[in-house]
Amino acid sequence: MTSFNLNGKPVSVEVDPSTPLLWVIRESLGLTGTKFGCGMALCGACTVHLEGEAIRSCITSLSEVAGKRVTTIEGLSPDLTHPLQRAWIELDVPQCGYCQSGQLMSAAALLKETANPSDEVIDKAMSGNICRCGTYPRIRRAIHRAAEMAAKGGAQ
Amino acid sequence: MTQLGESRQSALAEMPRREFLKLTVTLSGGLLIGFHFPASGEETTKVFAPNAFVRIGRDELVTVIVNHSEMGQGIYTALPTILADELDADWTKVRFQSAPVDPVYNHPAFGTQATGGSSSTWASFDQFRKAGAMARAMLIAAAAQQWGVEAASCRTENGNVIHGASNQRLSYGQLAEKAAGLAPPQQVTLKEPKDYKLIGKPLKRLDTSEKTNGKAIFGIDVHTPGMLVAVVARSPVFGGKVVKFDATEAMKIAGVCKVVQVPSGVAVIAERFWPAKMGREKLNITWDEGPMANFSTESQRKQYMEMAGQAGLVARKEGDAASALASAAKKVRAAYEVPYLSHAMMEPLNCTVDLRGDHCEIWTGTQFQTIDRAAAAEVAGLKPEQVKIHTTFLGGGFGRRANPVSDFVREAVHVAKAAGAPVKVMWTREDDMHGGYYRPMYYHAVEGGVDAQGNPLVWFHHIVGQSIAAGTPFAAMMVKDGIDGTSVEGAADLPYAIPNIRVESHETKNGVPVLWLRSVGHTHTAFVTETFVDELAALGGKDPVALRRTLLAQSPRNLGVLELVAEKSGWGKPMPAGRGRGVAVHASFQSFNAQVAEVSVDSGGNVRVHRVVCAVDCGRYVNPNIIEAQMESGIIFGLSAALYGELTFNKGRLQQDNFDDYPVVKMDASPAIEVHIVQNNEKSGGIGEVGVPCIAPAVANAIFAATGKRVRKLPIRMSEVV
Repeated sequence: MTSFNLNGKPVSVEVDPSTPLLWVIRESLGLTGTKFGCGMALCGACTVHLEGEAIRSCITSLSEVAGKRVTTIEGLSPDLTHPLQRAWIELDVPQCGYCQSGQLMSAAALLKETANPSDEVIDKAMSGNICRCGTYPRIRRAIHRAAEMAAKGGAQ
Repeated sequence: MTQLGESRQSALAEMPRREFLKLTVTLSGGLLIGFHFPASGEETTKVFAPNAFVRIGRDELVTVIVNHSEMGQGIYTALPTILADELDADWTKVRFQSAPVDPVYNHPAFGTQATGGSSSTWASFDQFRKAGAMARAMLIAAAAQQWGVEAASCRTENGNVIHGASNQRLSYGQLAEKAAGLAPPQQVTLKEPKDYKLIGKPLKRLDTSEKTNGKAIFGIDVHTPGMLVAVVARSPVFGGKVVKFDATEAMKIAGVCKVVQVPSGVAVIAERFWPAKMGREKLNITWDEGPMANFSTESQRKQYMEMAGQAGLVARKEGDAASALASAAKKVRAAYEVPYLSHAMMEPLNCTVDLRGDHCEIWTGTQFQTIDRAAAAEVAGLKPEQVKIHTTFLGGGFGRRANPVSDFVREAVHVAKAAGAPVKVMWTREDDMHGGYYRPMYYHAVEGGVDAQGNPLVWFHHIVGQSIAAGTPFAAMMVKDGIDGTSVEGAADLPYAIPNIRVESHETKNGVPVLWLRSVGHTHTAFVTETFVDELAALGGKDPVALRRTLLAQSPRNLGVLELVAEKSGWGKPMPAGRGRGVAVHASFQSFNAQVAEVSVDSGGNVRVHRVVCAVDCGRYVNPNIIEAQMESGIIFGLSAALYGELTFNKGRLQQDNFDDYPVVKMDASPAIEVHIVQNNEKSGGIGEVGVPCIAPAVANAIFAATGKRVRKLPIRMSEVV
């Protein structure tokens, strides 16, 4: 039995502790917003927060998160009110949408560290997340927009 | 003309079972469309379902049933927009739902339920307008009856029927029940374009919220009660077969339920994905690798080069290219190469199958519902009508989920037969990349010449590569006189006014499965035609835009996007030192596109694309917001192929596995993109694929402008330029 905190709630799972967190979240705990894209930390689709830091859940074993706090896209906000979600909606960022949970979780970790990131900082922070639909220009704009919203008091 | 006949309701998944009349209505447009209508008011009280495409509930919600797959291109927004406009619906009340498989949902131009060819919006435009107009007419009739007034004296606005003279108003939700009991109209009048309220506006997509909070369900997210998960070990060489396998070690992994041989390999069926994958790693399989065991890209390349020097099948002939070459004042020859490409959708392939004695239920992201259903039925030993497909969101498609042989669906049904329980067959990224159905590798040899004034005189073009359609049911439609249209599209219809043109096609055969990839033949032909016309410009001492302008004088829409992109990009104006500007113009899918790329190359040979200006003419359009997004999308997709994409083989084995050795454009390589849309009333063209073709040649031409070096091979490597 391994226990950790998922989106503010304690959870326990009876799974081989070497199983990647991604599959525990998706299959054992039924939260499918976190996606599988590569299995090798190459695409960022599986990005979640571990103790507030962005990590790739496809290469993080369950044992590594025992007793720790994990946040997934489902925990970013209960009602689409995170500034990034509001900006994503305002700028119509997603296309197929598959990578967007990972993009949002990477962007959320970025904004927590850097309230008003430059294009260069965004490029650096977001270049571990692949989008095959090419939503990058809108993601970049939406991160700037979310930073603006947060500065005006919309921060969670 | 009205034809009445009975057909059993099967179209509306959640509707109560009841008799429908099938009515075919001829409208002024002349197009015959089949709709299912309720025969009587019985059991129709919950929802107003006037045809297969729309339902209106008492809760005011308007649900539009969309028969094309949503893979990012925005069709779940575009088609509801069209219907809602004719319906005069309140846009905030409009929802979408994916259609089940039924002939009523066939693509009007293809005759099967399918999404591809950048055709969904233009092909379904009239169909969705008529569906909306019919619903509107019936709502008006219901209100007129209730008020005892003439229908003609009523109007509609934003989800309401209004009778101005008596100052009465009823909402569509209030009228739904009554309208459901009415006979459908035999004729409807469609709006004049000037009266559109939603079509042409930058409406927000309807699927953004659920793609922003993790709630959108893709095929990979499907879970059914008691479902198992399987992965399949497939041959390391295309065409290989299992000789024998030993599953002893695999079965020792906790959670592995069963290991079975299926036609494509050996399936490990487990309680969850991870044990299935761990189990597969423990399999011991002996393969008969078959005739492709020694296949290599290098030997294939040599074969293609040789073929390019021979006579091929003539796909285009103007004047006399051979004589013109002999008389040209100056000549240039170039050979171009493009590799196999993987679609590499972010969501790897997957398919969930629940197979019971007399029916089969499938959940997957597919572009080919009718074909997949027939394939599944064949494997399951059922009739197509006994197979139900639920189309989920597609985590990218790009053509890979439109497979004439339904590889991933067929295989999943085989696994389900063996599983004895519902099963989701999952592909890892490596499985997906190794799974075949690539954009074919092509070799082009082009020779051209200019006259004494530097004007292009001749264009002689050989295209060597595999046919996508050959050997599939699509051959009948796509292969003409031995030439696969998808191999030569974009080259055989070269728009330039050059007096002597000859394009020859050389079809090759090998065991690598190939398929259409976003913009299909245009992925390679545009690269060749648009860089070679630049070479002719340089040969004749002409400016690349000026030469194209001259050669496109009789091609107004190509000329239009060229002029627009030249203006918006500041063509001819100074740029920062070290940068070059390159232009490309190319028509595809009945739309017209031109791009100018600004590029620099550093001392290490790294290519940086700073800015792309794009002009597009897709005729009359539905949503400029989506068009802009699709052009950005196509440009970045095409840029991945231009800069990085390459699959190669050695000893029959693919040498790439994942995004580390098959990289794609990420945020840090993503250029600033400006999209300019031409406003006109031309017939609507496609948009989903139209942005892809121009970017590779625009970048290649910009590299020439910046460095004087010609790019003739993709992906671009500065060590290989000439």
